[in-house]
Amino acid sequence: MALYSDKVMDHFLNPRNVGIIEDADGVGEVGNAKCGDIMKMYLKIEDDIIKDVKFETFGCASAIASSSMATEMIKGQPLEQADQLTNKAVAEALDGLPGYKMHCSVLAQEAIHEAIKNYEEKGENKNE
Amino acid sequence: MKIYADNAATTKISDTALNTMLDCIKNFYGNPSSLYTIGQKAKEKLEEARLSIAEIINAHPSEIIFTSGGSEADNQALLSAAEIGKAKGKTHIISTAIEHHAILHTLKRLEKNGFTVTLLPVKENGIVDADELRAAIREDTCLVTVMAVNNEIGTIQPIKEIGEICREKGVLFHTDAVQAVGHMPIDVKAMNIDMLSASAHKFNGPKGAGFMYARKGIRLTNLIEGGAQEKGKRAGTENVAGIAAMAAALKESVENMQAVNERLTPIRDYIIKGLKEIPHCALNGDERERMCNSISFCFEGIEGESLLILLDQKGISASSGSACTSGALDPSHVLLAIGRVHDVAHGSLRISLGADATMEEADYIIKSVKEVVEYLRGFSPVWRDLTSGKKEFIL
Ligand SMILES: Cc1ncc(COP(=O)(O)O)c(C=O)c1O
Repeated sequence: MALYSDKVMDHFLNPRNVGIIEDADGVGEVGNAKCGDIMKMYLKIEDDIIKDVKFETFGCASAIASSSMATEMIKGQPLEQADQLTNKAVAEALDGLPGYKMHCSVLAQEAIHEAIKNYEEKGENKNE
Repeated sequence: MKIYADNAATTKISDTALNTMLDCIKNFYGNPSSLYTIGQKAKEKLEEARLSIAEIINAHPSEIIFTSGGSEADNQALLSAAEIGKAKGKTHIISTAIEHHAILHTLKRLEKNGFTVTLLPVKENGIVDADELRAAIREDTCLVTVMAVNNEIGTIQPIKEIGEICREKGVLFHTDAVQAVGHMPIDVKAMNIDMLSASAHKFNGPKGAGFMYARKGIRLTNLIEGGAQEKGKRAGTENVAGIAAMAAALKESVENMQAVNERLTPIRDYIIKGLKEIPHCALNGDERERMCNSISFCFEGIEGESLLILLDQKGISASSGSACTSGALDPSHVLLAIGRVHDVAHGSLRISLGADATMEEADYIIKSVKEVVEYLRGFSPVWRDLTSGKKEFIL
């Protein structure tokens, strides 16, 4: 029995949207190196639509695959919808994760949330 | 290329061991406790194995108890020594921070039952300080248990020195020699070992067979009650085929020991030298006092599980002390004990070579690890912070 689904392996071996966005509109980083997982999401936003998204991840295969899948799921989506992405949806899209790896999908959800929050906070500051 | 480089986890059964096993299963199927010929023939196999193993470690056959493996031997040795100690009012046990969980978890259990445990730290090189051990022995110390070779970083512990100290102080000495037996010379008399654990699958024998050596006169406590097998100290119909195969594997391993050592040492050192070229990495454990097949590194800025899976894609089977590989929250206690902080310990890699490893394989391992580490660092936010100066390098 393989540890991971084919989908997880595909996204781990061929991660989509890897890298950084230099002039990102929102950046979110979650996790910590002590626990062995850090996820960082970069968003480019136009008219409340996620035009581009990139990620960097330090972590296990399922953390990398979760980041990759999550970026695919929110790319081109309206912000509001992207912010509602759940970890369960990410895990399901990957055809499941082993139980003790579910936190990897939680990190992906949280990283996106943090990046959107960061974008919104920046906007609020601009209006001050 | 396909390279099985996780021989500290388990080894492939040797042809000799496999043939012995098949022969026993087919032709010596009797119950050794039965008194007719078929039973007694199986009993003979068992006793041949006991004699052969005893001779190899310089013990008497009556001092060898067959078990299901290393974990069982560790459990029984510790619980037996604890019982002996308790009867004399001695309830202090000394061990080290780098033992296998078969030891550490048994010690935890003993602590719950009123024993006091001192876990000695190890030096940065992954070796316990014999002087510190001597100083830790108290009036009420009933047992010292120190592994012969560490399973994660391959460091060889000064068990002869420790044996001498224990004998001098009149304290029982047990060694978990699961990683040592079949790989380095063990002489229980010369090393003053009172009890020892070993496991067949670590020296090209089958899984599910192991043995404990307990010096004559040491009263053992049963883990398994039942029939009178193993002089009443380990009930259950014996795993004749597994035990005979274990003896065959051990004999073969010991015969080849010196040649394998001489052949593997330069290959090991070549891989260590090659991997050291990777920036911001560190070898775990002493450079010299280590098993001839054992290599352990930490690479900063990456996580071990993803490293393993990418190596697996390249045909290399290795392991890591990263928390993610075990489902635990913390990385390996051994890496933490030698002073690697969490961030770095997660990026560990253990390569344990098989006896048949070649220089060509060494080159492939070095090349593959370099590629994979560089690839993972390429999109690691930790690595970015380190290289941009936002965080300071640890290694
Ligand atoms: C040092 C050490 N002790 C004990 C064990 C347990 O041995 P077994 O798997 O035979 O129970 C192992 C192997 O996993 C080991 O490496």
